[in-house]
Amino acid sequence: MKPEELLYSKTHEWVAIATDEAGAKVATVGISAFALEALTDLVFVDLPQVGRSVSAGEPFGEIESVKAVSDLYSPVDGEIVEVNSTLVDQLETLSDDPYTSGWFVKIRIADETALSGLMDHAAYQKQCEQEMADE
Amino acid sequence: MEASDGTIQKTPLYQWHKDHGARIVDFAGWAMPVQYSSIIQEHETTRTTGGLADISHMGRLRFEGPGAAVFLAELLTRRVADMTLGQIRYSLVTNDSGGIMDDVLVGYYHNAQGQPYYVVVVNASNRQKIVDWVHKHLPRERAEAPGNEVLFTDVTHLWAMFAIQGPRSVVLLQPLIEVDLRSMKYYRGAQVRLLHPAAQRQGGIISRTGYTGEDGFELALGAPIAAAFWEVLVEMGEPLGVRPTGLGARDTLRLEAGMPLYGHELCEKTNPFEAGLGFACHLVGYDFPGRDALLKLEKEPQRRTRVGLQLEGRRPAREHCDIYAGETLAGKTTSGTMSPTLKVPIAMGYVSPEFSQTGTQLLIDVRGRKEPARVVELPFYQRKTK
Repeated sequence: MKPEELLYSKTHEWVAIATDEAGAKVATVGISAFALEALTDLVFVDLPQVGRSVSAGEPFGEIESVKAVSDLYSPVDGEIVEVNSTLVDQLETLSDDPYTSGWFVKIRIADETALSGLMDHAAYQKQCEQEMADE
Repeated sequence: MEASDGTIQKTPLYQWHKDHGARIVDFAGWAMPVQYSSIIQEHETTRTTGGLADISHMGRLRFEGPGAAVFLAELLTRRVADMTLGQIRYSLVTNDSGGIMDDVLVGYYHNAQGQPYYVVVVNASNRQKIVDWVHKHLPRERAEAPGNEVLFTDVTHLWAMFAIQGPRSVVLLQPLIEVDLRSMKYYRGAQVRLLHPAAQRQGGIISRTGYTGEDGFELALGAPIAAAFWEVLVEMGEPLGVRPTGLGARDTLRLEAGMPLYGHELCEKTNPFEAGLGFACHLVGYDFPGRDALLKLEKEPQRRTRVGLQLEGRRPAREHCDIYAGETLAGKTTSGTMSPTLKVPIAMGYVSPEFSQTGTQLLIDVRGRKEPARVVELPFYQRKTK
C-alpha cells in the first residue's frame, strides 16, 4: 500500500479501508514509518485475539522497544477479524515494509463515525513535522 | 553553569553528539545522547568490540589537603584512609538513617607534582545533593583546621569524562596513554599524560572501571581538550570496530551486568544490605553519617532483597511492576528490559527474602497481565575472562 493513499490517526496508526465480500468496511491497521523510526529497537509486539471488539481511541495491543512500551490504538470501532501473527516472530517486517506486510490487525468497522477524525497523508505529514520541531 | 535556573546542562561533546545524529534526551538535567544508531547495535558493539560513551554528566568532586582522607572516611561508608595510590573503591553515601544518598567511586591519585588528591564520582542526578551534603559536613572551621585543611572542588564542569568499554578498549587506548594499561588492575587508576597533540600536553585520569560488565576504562580529562580528544578516539576506534554509544545502551549493559542504578534500584529509602551492597559498608573504624543505623540494620532481618528476574515469555517487565508469589504480593521491579545479549526479558527488583532464592517461580504484573518469571543469579551476563 502507498503511504500517500492511507489515513492516519493522531497516535501514528495508518488505516486502509476496503470492502469485504459481504459489503462491510474493513480497516487494515499498522503504524507509520515515522513512528517506527521514533521507536527503534523493537523487541516485542502484543496483538489481540480475533473476535475482540475494539473502540476508536482504545488500545488493541502493545509495541515495545528496548527502552519503552507504547500502546497501539484502534482508529475505528469494530471487531478484530484478522491478526498478522507472523509479526510476533518477525519484528523486522515492521521496519522493512511498514505499509504492506507490516500491518497488525484487520477490523470490521461497526460504526464509521471515527473515520471522519482521521487525517489524510498531507495532514499527517504536517503533524510529524510539528513533532520533529517540538523535539 | 548550574541547572538551578532551569537551563539544561551540556557536556563539551554536546555539539559533536548533535552533529553525529544522536537522539538527545534530558537526563538528570543534562542534554545527553540516548543513541546514535540503534540501542541494540550499540549494546552489541560494546560487548564484541568496544563502545565509547560520553559520561561527562557524572559529577566529579575533588578533595585534597592534609585533612581530605579523614574527611572522606567520615563521609563515605567505605574505608578510605587506607587506600593506596591509584586505588579506587565503590562506596555509598548514606544519610543518618542509613538510607542510600548515592553510590560513588572514590579514587586516590597523585598530581604531576606528587600531591595527593581524591576524586569522588557521583551520579548526575545526585550531584547537587551530595555537594550540599559535603558542605554541611565541611564547615569552614573544619575545612580550614590548621594542619588538617580540606580543599573541596566540584570539578564536574572543568573536566569531561568518557567510558571506553569492551574487549578492544586496551588496544584502542594504549597508544594514547603513557602507562601500561595491560597491567593495570580492575579498580585501579592513575593520573597520566595523554600522548596525542589533541591533548595539548595535558593529562587525565584513567581508571580500569566501568558500568557495562565488560573490560574497559573511564577517562577524565580537561573540558577544553575533550572534544578534540574524543574525535581522536572515534577516529582510532573506527578500524577496530569501536563506536560511540549512548545512554540507552549504557542502561541495558549495566542491567545485564546486574549493576544497580540510582533512582531505580537505589534511593534514600533503600538500605545497603537489602540492595546487596553490604560489602561497601565498613562499620568499624571511622564514624560516618548512618553508621550507627547501619550497625543496627545489619543485625535485623531484612524486609526485602534485591534479585534478578528472568521472564519466561517475550513480554518485558519494566520498573514499578508488582511481583507476586501465587496470590501473595512479593515485591516490585525496579528496572527491566529485553536483554540484547540473552534475548530474553530481564528485570531487577526487590522481593521479600522468602522469595529470593534462585529458581523461585514468581509472577510479574506487566500492565495487568501476570507474566511468569523466576529468580536468577546476578549478574545476568558475565564476560568470559581469559
